Amino acid sequence: MKYGVNDLGYYGDFGGAYIPEMLYPNIEELRQQYMAITTDKSFTDEFDRLLKDYVGRPSPLYLAKRFSERYGANIFFKREDLNHTGSHKINNAIGQILLAGRLGKKRIIAETGAGQHGVATATVCALKGIECVVYMGEIDIERQAPNVARMKMLGATVVPALSGSKTLKDATNEAMRDWINNPVDTHYIIGSVVGPYPYPDMVARFQSIISAEAKKQLFEHTGKHLPEYVMACVGGGSNAMGMFYHFLDDESVKLVAVEAAGKGIDSGHSAATSVLGREGILHGSRTILMQTDDGQVVEPYSISAGLDYPGIGPQHAHLHKVKRAQYVSITDDEALQAGLLCSQLEGIIPAIETAHALAQLEKMKFKPEDNVIICLSGRGDKDLATYIKHFNF
Amino acid sequence: MTSELMNRLQRLFASGKKGLLSIYYTAGYPTLNSTIDIAEALEKAGADFLEIGFPYSDPMADGPTIQQSSQTALDNGMNLNVLFDQLGALRKRVSIPVILMGYANPMIQYGVERFCKKAAEVGVDGIIVPDLPMHEYEQLYSKYFNENNLSNIILVTPQTSADRIHKIDELSDCFIYLLSSSSITGKSLDVNDIVDTYFRRIEDMHLKNPTIVGFGIANKTSYQKACAHHHGAIVGSAFVKYLGATENYLDGISDFIRQFKE
Repeated sequence: MKYGVNDLGYYGDFGGAYIPEMLYPNIEELRQQYMAITTDKSFTDEFDRLLKDYVGRPSPLYLAKRFSERYGANIFFKREDLNHTGSHKINNAIGQILLAGRLGKKRIIAETGAGQHGVATATVCALKGIECVVYMGEIDIERQAPNVARMKMLGATVVPALSGSKTLKDATNEAMRDWINNPVDTHYIIGSVVGPYPYPDMVARFQSIISAEAKKQLFEHTGKHLPEYVMACVGGGSNAMGMFYHFLDDESVKLVAVEAAGKGIDSGHSAATSVLGREGILHGSRTILMQTDDGQVVEPYSISAGLDYPGIGPQHAHLHKVKRAQYVSITDDEALQAGLLCSQLEGIIPAIETAHALAQLEKMKFKPEDNVIICLSGRGDKDLATYIKHFNF
Repeated sequence: MTSELMNRLQRLFASGKKGLLSIYYTAGYPTLNSTIDIAEALEKAGADFLEIGFPYSDPMADGPTIQQSSQTALDNGMNLNVLFDQLGALRKRVSIPVILMGYANPMIQYGVERFCKKAAEVGVDGIIVPDLPMHEYEQLYSKYFNENNLSNIILVTPQTSADRIHKIDELSDCFIYLLSSSSITGKSLDVNDIVDTYFRRIEDMHLKNPTIVGFGIANKTSYQKACAHHHGAIVGSAFVKYLGATENYLDGISDFIRQFKE
């Protein structure tokens, strides 16, 4: 694959494994084994069966008629919101729990921002009867109470990250520290295409089911092999990477990645990493991140806890640098409006993360015959409180 | 290598001295301008060499004590420009070897070549960057370390394979930083049989570089245990905790050192 990872774990200038020696054996074990394990037939059989019977895949590719009329093109939603647990996050969690089992790990740790990845991880741990510890920023625990309750009900221990800014980046640091302290029996299920190699590649492969299905489904709908546009929101970037994956080498397909501009790019309250970030190192990989001149990580802001991350995955950094994908951004208000519009035109209440991708449709110029696939990465149940507050329902 | 070409660290180890005590602390903590005063007091009190940490917002390998000191240092206004300005006075007041320790991102943003030049200019002898991989170090940065006669000090943990330890030994020109256990900083070392076996295992490898034990060295027992098998030990979190808890911290530094070394 032209845009895939090389033997050293790099995508162009980005990637690698910038980790302390304490994590080296864990990462090295994964690096040596992940491809052999995940391409083995016993693994793919179990993965495919769980995705079908437990997650409910394939997720539909839905031709959104009223959206299509409004935007003057054929707009398809890839319905990851219909997955068990309500988002694409479960695809990766299933893959990694099966991998952890085959590595003989007895304990799972994870980080979570909005709680979607935490819920997905707690779910697969319950499924497999494995101990689960989820790190979550103290501030996120307060603003995402329903997901905290879900994780607890699923049997997970939720540990507040009290360091730094007490949000997703700090939850990630705490999970890394836990892994350093428990190097032998524990597997760390990273929730996005971030972190040291091989995580970005491994998570992208597990999420690539999204585009594998969508490609087939588009052909069934339209008789065409390729769409003109593929769009998705980006925090760390896992749904986008899954949605782009099987279209990366089809250069005619325009890839659009939508970041969170928060209160506006220049407001000082934003998470638009590709605009505000510079090259550097975050959570074990060389990527683009928001930082001070001195190289200190800047706390991002977005109304959406799932996009509230100061970096993007290294493969996204590469796609951005070589201009294979276009990176744009959408403000809180634009996203909330798009969430309302999707609810009222299509009867689908999207996650606020997803609403960022939908909002970008307002800014696109399509031809009537264009086919556009947009990843409907998650459902909005978890965001009702935010929607209610904003629209005074 | 003749002794004039060695840095201070290499000369210290070439002297064959054992039972070395190194102290880690964070630059700019507890106050912005305490960096050099603390260094001077540590030398007077009998520390053999120093590790001065440059703070980072997201220190992955550190426990709460050093994290907190880093955050306070950043809040105090510490950064690499300020630190190198302060270190301009280092060699007027301090003669023992000094190592800078910190994470890769601040160093890379400053510019690794510029960082190394600056470090050598102010009289720094070695660098520890725990999250800089060996491959990237060799490919991209070792030339700047070598040009400036700076030793790169690499960590080894109980989980590091023998092959990898030999590779680290090859790449090192001063000492190897032996972690007492696989953990973040600030967890007291439980001096038990496993540690004993691990310390002996490394000792029996007869590496070309001396080994210094760090992480979890918080009292005389763990310090002596480390010194029994290796060339010395590094105290970090215990000293940072002392700095944070003591009003006239400069006055008590000699007592602090005496806890370990009489």
